[in-house]
Amino acid sequence: MKRVVITGQGAISALGHSAAETLEAMREGRCGIGELDIRDVERLSIRIGGQVRGYDPEAEFNRQQIALYDRFTQFTLLAAREAIAQSGLSFSGELAAQSGVVLGTAGGGVNTWDENYRTVYEDGKNRVHPFVVPKLMNNAAASHVSMEHNLKGPSFTVATACASSNHAMGQAFNMIRSGMAKVMITGGSESMLCFGGVKAWEGLRVMSRDACRPFSANRNGMVQGEGAAVFVFEEYESAKARGAEILAEVIGFAMTSDASDIVMPSKQGAARAIAGAMKDAKVNPEQVGYINAHGTGTAANDKTECAAVADVFGHHADRLMISSTKSMHGHLIGGTGAVELLACIMALKDGVIAPTIGYEEPDPECALDVVPNEARDAKVDVVLSNAFAFGGLNAVLALRKAP
Amino acid sequence: MTENVKEKIIEIIAEQAVLEPSDVTEESTLEDLGIDSMGLVECIFAIEEAFDIQVPFNANEPTKSDFDISSVASIVKAVEALVAEQAA
Repeated sequence: MKRVVITGQGAISALGHSAAETLEAMREGRCGIGELDIRDVERLSIRIGGQVRGYDPEAEFNRQQIALYDRFTQFTLLAAREAIAQSGLSFSGELAAQSGVVLGTAGGGVNTWDENYRTVYEDGKNRVHPFVVPKLMNNAAASHVSMEHNLKGPSFTVATACASSNHAMGQAFNMIRSGMAKVMITGGSESMLCFGGVKAWEGLRVMSRDACRPFSANRNGMVQGEGAAVFVFEEYESAKARGAEILAEVIGFAMTSDASDIVMPSKQGAARAIAGAMKDAKVNPEQVGYINAHGTGTAANDKTECAAVADVFGHHADRLMISSTKSMHGHLIGGTGAVELLACIMALKDGVIAPTIGYEEPDPECALDVVPNEARDAKVDVVLSNAFAFGGLNAVLALRKAP
Repeated sequence: MTENVKEKIIEIIAEQAVLEPSDVTEESTLEDLGIDSMGLVECIFAIEEAFDIQVPFNANEPTKSDFDISSVASIVKAVEALVAEQAA
């Protein structure tokens, strides 16, 4: 089996317009969540979110591109450019044929659906722009990354709600590990902070009106974010041969299904995915120093996740660190695992553990070291990144310090 | 009316081709102007919006349509007919 390393990262989120800016904010424990600035916000009962601020599509793309790129595609393309530039790779010939794109998104072009439903239902028009379909389709972002960078190998989009990115990155990892691909551009994006997108989430009554406070006893729900993160996964020997800077190694992946409930999480399903990722990575629980939690800030997720971690790690659960960066960038749904992988890489590469901000009151049901409110310097060798989706689909990645 | 229809169509086509309206003549074909099949459907959308008409055009058989897209002049003529039909 081939070894798989990460040689590029890129991002845009409520915390910044690049991976570096996003990580800087995580180090500072800065909160990117604020009042939503969207049309008809006054008709929403949830009015906060982790919106990408100060973003001007026209500064990044021309008019014809904007006609084809939904916001989730725009975010993906920007993150992919940054990641691929950092990797130093360019794709032609045999390398292009053996390199692909696997991205996660839950909703795809939600803004495009929203705007055009508005056109036909609210404005009563009987005609929509010709590119509505290619703009809203979930695979639009993957396809545009493939076109922009000449990636001609296996490419597709994964939609598993809040675990989409982790499932996508798990696929990318296994495709390189098995020899199916040399380089995979992977990660995910989401942009559903529009009237219809937020209204749909309101219906579930799981959203907080004031803040995302994972693991805190006074937590009162999740807060939605938007953005993208994209990584370059590359076969280790090739990366080493060309002298690429290696950010981290991907060493394991596991996915499970709860097979129980469409929204309520299951401790067993989560625990099996966590244990499975460690088994796949051939590491012992004691080697894991940090877990980037799914940590949505809902009552149900956080206590179930902590119970699953306690079950899998036993005594070591009290020695490892576990934090949820959703407290800062919000829940990016299908893009969330990708933005959170940045925190995992930072832990391994820079020895900085991103905090869980907004932590106010200990919860006996979440009695782990959640790295409250301030980032911490710590040396860790192995980290995990959890994602547990609605629908009971769980995906956990394991990473190690660069070889 | 005729001048208005022509001017508006040239304006739409020029915008799609990223040209000045003065660079678009009645004899120009969409191909000459560098407008591809995607650009064509965008032009038709813009024409429908501008004149509030339904253009009978199927991208699967562009030449079989009653709507003649072989040149700027033919498009103007076809749109005029549709506008007249609408008014009748």
